Amino acid sequence: MSRPSKQELAEYRDEASAWFAEHVPPPPGFVMPLTFMEVGTDEQFDFLRAWQSKVYEAGYLGAAWPAKYGGGGLDQAFQDIATEQMRVHGSPIMLNTIGLSWAGPLILDMGTDEERARYIKGILSAEDIWCQGFSEPENGSDLGNAQTRAVRDGDEWVINGTKTWTTHGSYAKYMILLARSIPDAANKYAGLSFFLAPMNVPGVEAVPIRKLTGEYGFTETFFTDARIPADCLMGEEGQGWAVAMRTLEYERSARGGQAGGLMLVAPDHNEVAELAKRARRGGAPAIDDPVVRDKLVEFMIESRGAALSARRASIGPLVQERPMSLPLSGKLMNTELNRRINEFAVSLQGQTGAYYLGDADAVDGGVWQRAYLNSFSATIGGGTSQIQANIIGEHVLGLPKH
Amino acid sequence: MSERRGPIGLSEEQAELLDSATRYCGDKSPVDMVRQLIDDELGHDPAVFAEMAELGWLGIAIPEAYGGAGLELAEVVPVVEQMGRHLMAGPFVSTTLAAQLLLAAGTDAQKSEVLPQLASGTPATIALAEPNADFDPMSAECMAQRDGGELVLAGTKCLVLDVHVARFAIVSLRLDDAPALVLLDGEAIAAASHERETIVDETKRSFRLGLDGVRVPDSALLDTSNVASALERIELAGALLGSAEMCGAGVSCVAYTVSYLNERKQFGRPIGAYQALKHTTVDAHLRIEQARSHVYAAAHTFEKGSDGEIATRMAKASTGPALAFAADRAIQFHGGYGFTYECDAQLYRRNALFGEARFGDAVYHRRKLADLIL
Repeated sequence: MSRPSKQELAEYRDEASAWFAEHVPPPPGFVMPLTFMEVGTDEQFDFLRAWQSKVYEAGYLGAAWPAKYGGGGLDQAFQDIATEQMRVHGSPIMLNTIGLSWAGPLILDMGTDEERARYIKGILSAEDIWCQGFSEPENGSDLGNAQTRAVRDGDEWVINGTKTWTTHGSYAKYMILLARSIPDAANKYAGLSFFLAPMNVPGVEAVPIRKLTGEYGFTETFFTDARIPADCLMGEEGQGWAVAMRTLEYERSARGGQAGGLMLVAPDHNEVAELAKRARRGGAPAIDDPVVRDKLVEFMIESRGAALSARRASIGPLVQERPMSLPLSGKLMNTELNRRINEFAVSLQGQTGAYYLGDADAVDGGVWQRAYLNSFSATIGGGTSQIQANIIGEHVLGLPKH
Repeated sequence: MSERRGPIGLSEEQAELLDSATRYCGDKSPVDMVRQLIDDELGHDPAVFAEMAELGWLGIAIPEAYGGAGLELAEVVPVVEQMGRHLMAGPFVSTTLAAQLLLAAGTDAQKSEVLPQLASGTPATIALAEPNADFDPMSAECMAQRDGGELVLAGTKCLVLDVHVARFAIVSLRLDDAPALVLLDGEAIAAASHERETIVDETKRSFRLGLDGVRVPDSALLDTSNVASALERIELAGALLGSAEMCGAGVSCVAYTVSYLNERKQFGRPIGAYQALKHTTVDAHLRIEQARSHVYAAAHTFEKGSDGEIATRMAKASTGPALAFAADRAIQFHGGYGFTYECDAQLYRRNALFGEARFGDAVYHRRKLADLIL
């Protein structure tokens, strides 16, 4: 595929900008999730599903995925522009993140033609919602110790066990499932297998978990003699750990190939600066307070640094010594920064910092308080910050394993 | 040179210089050489400085009309970064900054006479600091008084790097109740009093320069209409190159710590296996990496007005604390050995202390940034 010309890209940007300007829906009158993990009500879910479907139909999602499976067949540069325009025009997030960003690229890279044909289009259109079955109540950071069992019985696998922190567990049609099929394997990793498992079979029960924010958005998912077809196995039996690790690379953006689209609305430091203009300290705007100013500048330096590092990752000579450093550190840096910025935003609110979601006097409806509490989903989920630090220490710096 | 687009990028020339400086500085400045030069009165190897001039590195950011390569400070950054990585001594940065100050405010005659010499390796320096310790480059209190066709200088400059080898020095002072810059030649430098200062970074050579009674011709005065903007530019140029140096030192410092964490065993295993040390070292690494992104962004946009100023101040504000943290933890994590003069951790920590004190520390730059971006 030849690289698109500047003019082609500029025309595409104009078209995308016009489309989103016209079609981005007005605020729906309920709290809008900032990430896919914050979808806690049916009305939020239905709204976002309809929006993703509309964006896909217009060609602005999966633009760079192969056309034969339902993508747009274009160069990645086009999708990047579409994603940028979603952000510019204040688009709601894309709902089906696990499909779009993790399962989809995995299936495209490692799946069979049949799997691609079966799953990709439904991921893009949001007709088929995907969830992830990795963490278990007793095995979180030690994912390799997952104990959910898969036993082969004729043309089926029989699944027993419990998965937790299943985002969209109540809505999902499919789950990427890590389960133990060889309990007596040479080591714990070698006993794992990876499945593209249907959720609408008897014996699967998704029970909503109430989050620290008071809202919902995850389930604990129980498998009791749930039977799934034999061809749900992805890759070979016993290779589940490698497939799961590959999935985590997509999740942590250490590997490309995602469908694109706006995945989260992160608080912009400019919004925090705006907040500081509205907040009062000693009769004056908080933004005039030298301590507040210093803190704001520190955050701006950090968030600019993160954006610059993302760009530097593609400048070969500037990353040649430790090429995996920037890809492996993005998740840790960005999620921790996001948590601290939200915390700071709450601290700017003075006495009104005490309000919470739903109170008439809460600043911006209490979204900062909620965003701070929700920010832990990203510093804990997908490998905690502490696990990320182990990965960077061991795989980038070459420190010994703990 | 291709146009620099976007917030960060790397020119072909930068990439080539990064590559050659990586090899050259590694060869010429192994740590035992760094240690040897600390005890040497001169403090650097003149043959190495001459070689760097032969390589064209002193003229990188000097226009071709004055015998340079006609590139920008962006292309000097990879060289200084690699010098920082190997704690390499010498008047390279001093000479580069003197050239930049002359370019910003020198008269045509001064530029024609002096810049070709600097491009070919004649050492030079700038003398901006005074004991008032103010970071503001406009705060000079040294004086020049007119006396016939001459200027008579008075006062003391401090923290003047490399003036013991410099053949030219540009001094900030006040003349006719306004800030001014004066170019000292070798003779005028010799007429000033020199006293070597004891500074925290022992790889560098710094002097107190007593100007009382030194006479220079009127023609030594730089363009008086341009002093404020020239001084601001040189503050930013100094901040950029200082950031590059500290960023290089930071990368080495983390690598030095990592290697000890792998070697040193306690309780039967390498201490790097303990997360208290591992995670903190990762934190140091991430901060340096982030700072390096800022440094190359600042290099890339340096000539782009306020974008360049913002990027440069961000680079200095992030690099100093990043190296300070990495080196502070390097001392701690080397345990008892870290407390010795022999352990290299102190070299990095001293480099950071010195670097923070030059061309504005992090708080100074954040204060400036607040007014630029809030």
